Amino acid sequence: MDKITAIKGNVIPLKMNDVDTDLIIPAQYLTSVSTKGYGEHLFQRLKESDKQFVFNQTAYQGANILLTGNNFGCGSSREHAVWALREAGIQAIIGHSFADIFASNSAKNGLLLITLSEGLIADFFQQASSSQLVLYIDVVEKKIRLEGTHYDFDMDPFVQYCFTNGLDELDYLLSCKDDIGMFKQKQKSFLTLGEKP
Amino acid sequence: MSAKSIIDKIWQAHVVKQLQGHPAVFAIDFVLLHEVTSAQAFATLKERDIPLFSPETCLATIDHSIPTRKNRHEIFDLQAKNQVETLRQNTRLAGITFYDFESQHQGIVHVVGPEMGATQPGMTLVCGDSHTSTHGAFGALAFGIGTSVLTHVLATGCLLLQKPKTMKVHFKGRLSPGVYAKDAIMKLLATIGIGGATGHVIEYTGEIIRNMTMEERMTVCNMSIECGARAGLIAPDETTFNYLKNKPYAPVQDKWQNAVEHWKSLCSDDDCTYDRVIEIDVNNLVPMVSWGTNPGQTIGIDETVPKISQLPENEQSMARQALDYIQLKEAQPILGTPVEWAFIGSCTNGRIEDLRQAASILEGQQVHPQVTFYIVPGSEAVLAQAKKEGLDQIFEQAGADFRMPGCSMCLGMNDDKVPAGERCISSTNRNFVGRQGSGSFTHLASPATVAASAIAGKIVPPNEFIKGSQVHG
Repeated sequence: MDKITAIKGNVIPLKMNDVDTDLIIPAQYLTSVSTKGYGEHLFQRLKESDKQFVFNQTAYQGANILLTGNNFGCGSSREHAVWALREAGIQAIIGHSFADIFASNSAKNGLLLITLSEGLIADFFQQASSSQLVLYIDVVEKKIRLEGTHYDFDMDPFVQYCFTNGLDELDYLLSCKDDIGMFKQKQKSFLTLGEKP
Repeated sequence: MSAKSIIDKIWQAHVVKQLQGHPAVFAIDFVLLHEVTSAQAFATLKERDIPLFSPETCLATIDHSIPTRKNRHEIFDLQAKNQVETLRQNTRLAGITFYDFESQHQGIVHVVGPEMGATQPGMTLVCGDSHTSTHGAFGALAFGIGTSVLTHVLATGCLLLQKPKTMKVHFKGRLSPGVYAKDAIMKLLATIGIGGATGHVIEYTGEIIRNMTMEERMTVCNMSIECGARAGLIAPDETTFNYLKNKPYAPVQDKWQNAVEHWKSLCSDDDCTYDRVIEIDVNNLVPMVSWGTNPGQTIGIDETVPKISQLPENEQSMARQALDYIQLKEAQPILGTPVEWAFIGSCTNGRIEDLRQAASILEGQQVHPQVTFYIVPGSEAVLAQAKKEGLDQIFEQAGADFRMPGCSMCLGMNDDKVPAGERCISSTNRNFVGRQGSGSFTHLASPATVAASAIAGKIVPPNEFIKGSQVHG
């Protein structure tokens, strides 16, 4: 994973609460046995049913920061939802709250989640719907900067460590390889391994 | 040195390292794989060119999406076929033991692991399936993981984990005839609800636990996840050691003695503490049946469906939705509710003792003409043993459909589905909306209650069908 110390880009406003993982990526697209190929089906049902849906609008093409409401990512624990968002170019999501499993899946896949107050989210929605809203997210300082002002946000220290060092959880574990090797050598095991019936 | 619980002991023995503010790098001893949740993990390893950490401590089989009809090799569902084929290929390339159809060891992953002796006391074990908690019956710390974490374990033999909280569930008293391990664990779910143990690892204790066979202990630990627990376990004892002896993965000769000596140290110290302790009185417990759409919505078979106004306020709307869906009325007796389907199987209750229990009730009886009764063995080994004991004849003569091993109607990922609007009494673990088929209704119960209800065509306790006096626990 690349180091993520800052994310700069356009905001795409998805003014909805309780966006479930089924909306993010419908079950019918989960047939693949890979982690790729989901991005094009991101929000497929909304894209098909609503021409004005933000992901159909050219104005928001290339936007990398998703703005949303409460409880984003609820429902099925499918990690495909995060894979689809990342593949479609989304690097950060700003919302009022996120579902637990979605949040832990995001941390594992380099998708930054930022929780802000409802008031601030409403302000951002207003700005993003009337004109292009460009945000600068400073992951090191945990601040969102725009036009001379800034807003603080919270981040789990380990998630921040992984982002700023360019490690996903797998990279972090791989970086502990020597410790793991030594540990496993000393560990007790009573398994009889080898040829099994 | 301070007193430790078995959970603390296993935790400490597996922390490779933990930095301030970071989760622990936690060592995993064994990985079980099945066809539905493993493909992306293998794909990621391939994409990133990372070799498998330890293929010899992985074991794979097929269970979730395969058919259970006799000609099960022909998989018509293309997605299921692709999943099975992909696992076949992935395990072959990686050098992982894979139990395919007709290997004599294929079956539900949580039935096969223990059968082979791969699940051992003090181990940590993971699988991409929430019912991995089953293996806690051996005094192992076993839990379900998602696909990314499976990738981590396959690549490094470790995962990242915060130390879970501990909870002791003590069963007080003894079980009456007709009441089983399944009823005891359902009583816990009914008492603490589906979120009652969230974030905790449970240790089960009590006289009934000590008197249980390994299969009964697996039933108890299996359903730990249904009250939100990360895992559930039982300290090992002679019952555990006797079960493991001579199993393919079990240690032999000197190593066996060393193992037993070590395993005996895996018990909770007398004055150890837990984050939570609760006691469940099982004296006078009756067979349990679920009435709603989550496993915590469970009552004794002689009770009535709760009156919504008498439930805690935060449970009322869920209860109302559950009753709307399942088409029962508040305050009605659950006893005598007509059923069109009956199912015995799954990682909860699809083992040989469950089948023997069912056979003892079905012998000389007929399944009610309105009822379709599927009995699905948990593994090829269970199937072979059942045939050896002539249980298949009993099932056939009673009019039940004895099928090939797999997860089957527990989650309806294959063709084994309860049709919409029909009601099933089931020895499984989840009664969620549509779990056994879109629009189907599920009532969870013990295999004995399922068999008795299949004969009666309605929900009834097993007692009148039990021959002789069998006292359990």
